[in-house]
Amino acid sequence: MILLIIISLVKALIAVHIVLIFAGVLGWIERKGSALIQDRIGANRASIFGFAGAGLINTMAADPLKFLTKEDIIPDGVDRLLHTLAPCVNLFPVLVAFCAVPFGDVLHLPGGVDVSLQAIPLGVGVLFVLAMASIGVYGVVLGGWASNNRFSLLGGIRGSAQMISYELAMGLSIVVMVMTFGSLDLQEIVRAQGHLIGGWLPGWGILYQPVAFIVFLIAGIAESKRVPFDLPEGESELVSGYFTEYSGIKYLMFFMTDFAEVATIAALITTFFFGGWQVPYLTPDGFVFPGGASLHINHYVIVLMQFGAYLLKVLFWSWFQIMLRWTLPRLRYDQLMWFGWKRMLPVALVNMVITAALILALQGAP
Amino acid sequence: MSPIVFGILAILLVMSGLGVVLARSPIRSAMSLVMTLFFLAVMFLLLDAQLVAALQIIVYAGAIMVLFLFVIMLLNLQEEPAALGRVGLRYGASFIVSLFVLAAAHFLTTGTLQPGNAMADAVAPGFGSTEQIAERLFTQHIFAFELTSFLLLVAVVSAVVLAKKNLQ
Repeated sequence: MILLIIISLVKALIAVHIVLIFAGVLGWIERKGSALIQDRIGANRASIFGFAGAGLINTMAADPLKFLTKEDIIPDGVDRLLHTLAPCVNLFPVLVAFCAVPFGDVLHLPGGVDVSLQAIPLGVGVLFVLAMASIGVYGVVLGGWASNNRFSLLGGIRGSAQMISYELAMGLSIVVMVMTFGSLDLQEIVRAQGHLIGGWLPGWGILYQPVAFIVFLIAGIAESKRVPFDLPEGESELVSGYFTEYSGIKYLMFFMTDFAEVATIAALITTFFFGGWQVPYLTPDGFVFPGGASLHINHYVIVLMQFGAYLLKVLFWSWFQIMLRWTLPRLRYDQLMWFGWKRMLPVALVNMVITAALILALQGAP
Repeated sequence: MSPIVFGILAILLVMSGLGVVLARSPIRSAMSLVMTLFFLAVMFLLLDAQLVAALQIIVYAGAIMVLFLFVIMLLNLQEEPAALGRVGLRYGASFIVSLFVLAAAHFLTTGTLQPGNAMADAVAPGFGSTEQIAERLFTQHIFAFELTSFLLLVAVVSAVVLAKKNLQ
């Protein structure tokens, strides 16, 4: 019993720290990456004894310390409780959703203890992620409302309408993946992507459902409220949207939520479409290549390799989203709604019907 | 599940439920309701009903309550002053509610609704799983299920018609 609790705690700590460290590293990638794209030098001011670490000291040490020591300003005439609650409500669902994503296969510890490397092992993991995505609206709504500021309120309303609209397309693209792999358990979905198509091609989700992947990617970026869907923040119109009136550590929490959302979307893309922790041709005994060659590897090394593969994939898709941000212009609000309801939703629905028909045709009518 | 977890959860649940009724500001009351729904979902988890727990959050906390908040925000509802008039009505309502609470307490302590009885029935394997619920829903209760979806369709169409009428 106590061992179980310790294992669960360690797993939860690992998962939460992955996403928190990702948030910091992504901040660095965003600032240095945007500088690279715009032909600037980027963050390079802060240093410890002359060591700037290519801006890492700036974004991972100096910035957070500055935020922590800034004055916390609460505007007049606001509901102080809700104003303070909003950043926490915003950050919580993202962290928890990330914890539901498996970051490795079963780890066999000495003494016959098997640990499934997933911080929240749930039979309905897919629904849990969707539930947390739908809770995410509250942080935006509360932040906008509790600031007693018209720009904030507009940002909050824009943000919630946008998130509710794109949640539909996102949910439908996930439904398609559930139908394809026949399970609501995220760990099972990743395991199902381990077999090889035709004996040599890794059976990752994107090969079965390329349309669902595109829909999920676009809806995911819209859910995280980043360019080209960053209308809730729209600096040129709304100052900074729903977190205009926040400063200090509360602003930092909104800022972190942004990057944590990027990491969570990347983790979900990895899990559904790019085989999660799967390494191509790596079986629980070691590498087995299509030609017949095989290589036996220690169990712990395999688990570490799977963990590394998962981190690499998540890092890649986070990087992709950040590069997208500095490449595309912002949409107009009516374009955003038109695209969400009249393009994304029908495409996702048709994709679902076709998938259902194909599954029935392949398996035979029940 | 252990009674300690249940106890903590029950206290939180009752407190957030009281928050819905006692909060003066409408938005605080709505947020308390969201919290109540959240704790209720955890309660379902303790009862091995994972699907119901997830749906509880997705449908009620994630969709319906967001619309409530929207209405409160857009109408800019302010804090309600304590209702003073109609004393007779208030006492009458309190009396009826107290009767219901008493009746519920009576059935819980003496009747067949005792928690011990419910626990005594062994939970079948796979109870509350998505497969079982889906099977029941699409075989035994298919007629009611389809009727409900038809009802929702009628509501959606009528909402669109009403919205169009106001535009002209």
